Parts: sequence; C-alpha cells; structure tokens
Amino acid sequence: MAKRIDVKDLNIYYGDFLAVEDISMTIEPRSVTALIGPSGCGKSTFLRSLNRMHEVVPGGRVEGSVAVDGQDLYDRGVDPVDVRRQIGMVFQRPNPFPTMSIYDNVVAGVRLSGTRMKRSELDDVVERSLQGANLWNEVKDRLTKPGAGLSGGQQQRLCIARAIAVEPQVLLMDEPCSALDPISTLAIEDLIANLKQEYTIVIVTHNMQQAARVSDFTGFFNIAGTGKPGKLIEMDDTAKIFSTPSVKATEDYISGRFG
Amino acid sequence: MDLTSTGTTPTNDIRTPTRTSLRKRASLPRWAPAAVLAAVLGAVLVVQLLTTFNVVTLLVGTALLYIVGIYALSRTVEGRRKATDRLVTAVVTSAFGVALIPLVSVVVTVVGKGLERLDGEFFTYSMRGIVGAGGGAYHAIMGTLIVTGLAALMSVPLGMLTAIYLVEYGRGRLASAITFLVDVMTGIPSIVAGLFAYALFAVFFGPGVRMGVGGAVALAVLMTPVVVRSTEEMLKLVPNDLREAAFALGIPKWRTIVKVVLPTSLAGIATGVTLAIARVIGETAPLLVIAGTTTSMNLNPFEGRMATLPVFSYYSYVSPGVPRDPYLDRAWTAALTLILIVMVLNLGARLISTIFSPKTGR
Ligand SMILES: Nc1ncnc2c1ncn2[C@@H]1O[C@H](COP(=O)(O)OP(=O)(O)O)[C@@H](O)[C@H]1O
Ligand SMILES: [Mg+2]
Repeated sequence: MAKRIDVKDLNIYYGDFLAVEDISMTIEPRSVTALIGPSGCGKSTFLRSLNRMHEVVPGGRVEGSVAVDGQDLYDRGVDPVDVRRQIGMVFQRPNPFPTMSIYDNVVAGVRLSGTRMKRSELDDVVERSLQGANLWNEVKDRLTKPGAGLSGGQQQRLCIARAIAVEPQVLLMDEPCSALDPISTLAIEDLIANLKQEYTIVIVTHNMQQAARVSDFTGFFNIAGTGKPGKLIEMDDTAKIFSTPSVKATEDYISGRFG
Repeated sequence: MDLTSTGTTPTNDIRTPTRTSLRKRASLPRWAPAAVLAAVLGAVLVVQLLTTFNVVTLLVGTALLYIVGIYALSRTVEGRRKATDRLVTAVVTSAFGVALIPLVSVVVTVVGKGLERLDGEFFTYSMRGIVGAGGGAYHAIMGTLIVTGLAALMSVPLGMLTAIYLVEYGRGRLASAITFLVDVMTGIPSIVAGLFAYALFAVFFGPGVRMGVGGAVALAVLMTPVVVRSTEEMLKLVPNDLREAAFALGIPKWRTIVKVVLPTSLAGIATGVTLAIARVIGETAPLLVIAGTTTSMNLNPFEGRMATLPVFSYYSYVSPGVPRDPYLDRAWTAALTLILIVMVLNLGARLISTIFSPKTGR
C-alpha cells in the first residue's frame, strides 16, 4: 500500500507570498520521515501541499511537482478529493467531529466519501482502525458515545483511527503530539512505529527527541528571516542528521542553539 | 535538595506579617441584604400609608434607598472594595427589574384581558355569520399558520442556501454584492414588503388581488435576511478544523457541508429560524395589504382573502361592532394566542437545540 513521494522544485505560495521555496526531496515508502525546523519555516505548509490541502486556504497555490509513484498530484485532471483519499492527514489539534459518536467518527471517511458498505463491514473497519490506533481496548464498550468525550490523547488516536480507516497510502502528521501529555505522546509514538509497517509516514515535529526516536529520515527546514521563504536545508538518514549533519545550521538547531 | 543552603531564601523573612496576609476580614452576615431590603421596604410603606399609597414610587423609592443603604452599611463594616461590589450588584439587579417591567406588564395585560375568551369556541369557530358575542378565531389561527408556514417554506431554504454560499463558497464581488443586498433587505419596512407582494401579484391577477400566498411572499421577504444572517453567524462558528479534517479524509466539499458543518451548527440555525418566524408571525401591515381579512374559513392560500391573527386582532379592536365588548375580548384573546404560538415555537427550538447540539458525553 505504501508509496514513494517525489517532490521536485516545489514553490508554495499564499497569494503573492512565497512561503516555501524550491523543495526537492524523496520520501521513501514504509518509512517515517520527520520534518524539523524553527516555527514559521513552512513545515506545515509543505506538509499540506503533499495532499493538496494547501489549496483549501484562499490564495494557496504551488509550482513544481509532487509525484506519488510517478503520478503528479498537481496534474490537471487529478481530483484533489482522490488525492486526499490516498494521502491522509492528522492535525496538530485533535479534531473529532463533535456531532458524531466514536463509531461514526471512525467510519466518517468511508461513509461520507460515498462508499457503500454493509453494517458488518463497517463494524470490521471500526475494529481494525481502532486496533490500529491502539484505542480499541479503551473505547470498545462505548462506541456509541460522542467522540468529543474522550481525553485529548484518546481524541488524537481517534483521529488517527479515522485517518487510517479510509486505508490511505501515505499518512501526514502535523505535530500530532504537541497538544498531548507525555504518556499519550508515547502511545502515539508506539503507534507510529507500528503504522510504519504499512504506511508511508511524514511527521512534522518540534520535538527533537521525538524525531530521533520515531523517524528513519529527517529533513531540516530553515528560514533566512521573517518574510523570507522557508527552505529545505538538508535531508538525510535520521542517524546521520543527529550525529554528523553536513550543514552548520542543522547542527546548531539540533543542539538547541536556536529555534 | 536543601534550598536554605543556597542562601537565597532568608528564613526569618517568611513569617513577617504583610498587608496582604490572609487575615479574616469583617463581613456582613448572609441575611444582611434581605434585612436591609425588608427594613427599607417597611419604612417606605409606612410613610406611604401615612400619606398616599403608590406602587411605582414604592418600588422606585425602595430600590433607591436600598442601594444607598446597603452601600453605606457595607462601607462602614466591610470596606470599600466589598461596598462597591454590593453597590454594583444592587444597581445591576435593579436594572434587571426595570427591564423586566415591560415584559411582565405585557404578559399580565394580555393574559388578563385575553383569558375572558380563551375557550373551546374560540379555537373551533370562525366569525362567519357572527354578530356580537360568541364566534372565534379558528379561521385566523389557520390563516396565520398557513401564511407563516408558507413564508418559512420559502425563506428558510433560500436563506440557508444563501448563507451556505456566503460562508462556504462566496469570494469576491458576487459575495459582497449579496451581503450588501441582504443588509438592505434587513432594513425593509414591513409595509413595503406588503406593497411589493401586492404589486407582484397584481401583475398576474389584476388589481385588488387578495391571496394568502401573497402574504406569505411578503413575510418571506422580511424573513429571508434574518435567516441568512443568523445561519451565516452559526456557520462561521463552526471551526475550520472540522472542515479541514473532513477534506483530509477525501470527503467532497458538499458532503462536508451537509454532513459535518450543518449538523454541527444545526442547533443554532434552528434557534435562528425560530426567531425569524417569531419576528414575522406578528406582522400586521403587509398582511392587511395583500392577504386582507375575512370572517369565514379559507384554507386555500391561492384563492381569496385569508384572515390572520394579527389582522383579526387589529380589525376587532379598530372597528368593533355593537356591542363592543365581545370584539375587544376576541382581539385580546387573538393576541394571547399569538404569544402562545411564539412560545411553543421557542420551546420547539429549545428542544431541537438540546437534541442536536454537539455532546461531549462526559
Ligand atoms: N493561511 C495562511 N495565510 C498566509 N500565510 C500563511 C498562512 N499559514 C501560514 N502562513 C505563512 O507561511 C509561513 C510558514 O508557515 P507554517 O507552514 O505554518 O510554518 P511552520 O509549520 O513551520 O511553523 C509563515 O511565514 C506563515 O506566516
Ligand atoms: Mg506548523
């Protein structure tokens, strides 16, 4: 299921403002790629351009190409809705649908994207997704209760379950743990390690230890100053980035000298 | 770790009493406000009984003296901050009481005068062939329900779709033009809406046309901007996070709106729609112009005059027959019925709100 993503010469704009400039990188299948860098350097913007969520923002547009297994997502004729069905996303703040039960939250993507399924099939999807998100044991007795009644960490895992229920090929995560306590954070890191078996994962994180713990590859973004575009400074094996980065700025950032 | 060994915390300073220590302050007992109120009320009452009795001066005098009294007492016993608190509490409570006066007065008057004819006959008989006592407003009640229902049927979908366009899709010129027009529509006087409906129907059916559906069109003109505005506000309250969460699952935009955004804001929209209905159900002027009135039952909004409660009430009061009293009684009961209908609508909206509002289940 997992797929390779090739980003080439990608410029990302908000209206006339060039937020991210000239990114080229390859994201390997069945691996975790971490994106790190100081605030405002365009990590979220870049991540959102990988599943065409960027264009949801008024004025949002990109130049260049993002290819998944050779197919450019930004080709004319490619429907962003299809793109997002294949490339799921988990946001910084847990955002379960407040009017829906836990069960309905998990199957929301399946149901509302128009797939018809029998009740028993939906039940399977719910159990599989919640198992996959390490949440099944905690909620299996209250699937009909509102999703908003869970704790923050549980809500975030519910959102992960919801994202993997539609069986995407890639999972994008934008600081998924930044609103969570350390225990929930560990639960989600474990989960990422499991999900790696099946999915290509890209995770933005502010937490250097987290990047080092969960990822196989790490990309470091930086920005020359406010109003300047963010750039990919270097990208390499996580072990290499955290031991012997080839750029001075990366080393400074990782050792906590700025950012 | 031993903090004292660092030498940064001189231990002898810790217990020095300061001005901000948690010393217990003098305070008035809980029953003090009630006691002051009772004393003031008694004093004013005694003075009035010795001179002249008047409810208005009794209440106003009591309130003013209570405000002064509680402040002075609290100031001497509790100090300035608490006294100010008590002063403001007293003033705010009095203001609330003043604001309540019109409401209570209207309800008392309408209920008092409307109860006379609040009987089975009022709800089951029209005024056909009735002179003097008896009869009822069945025809006007049905007329009001039909006309307002049709108006809601026209303006709720129109208003909601407009609001959805403005919030979810609208960008640029067209959206700002629509917003401007909605603003203008909000300010249309109701008689103008009535004349508009009359002119519109006169084009098709000739001058002198009277139709229930014309009244519905007039009310819809008044209602639509209210529905647009309230729906817009409710849709804007839905966090963008939810829309993005749905998009990121590969849910198409229109389904996101129908299945995620609208259910999330449904409670608020229902309240807004109810308020919009309540706003137009008592309209008289436009219905005078286009729906007219009649003494007999007419359930067909596309054919002929149709009585409605406000118009019924208006005519009963303005041109009563002889003897006058039965007509005036019916006018008041019609007004009371109108208030009851609005109340039922509000309760319905409450019910919808509690059923559909997002639950946390904690
Ligand atoms: N909706 C938006 N409209 C305009 N500019 C934006 C928007 N979101 C982010 N930006 C700008 O894009 C740049 C990158 O932001 P972001 O991707 O959020 O950074 P990061 O996630 O690395 O902190 C910043 O300069 C920010 O001000
Ligand atoms: Mg960010």
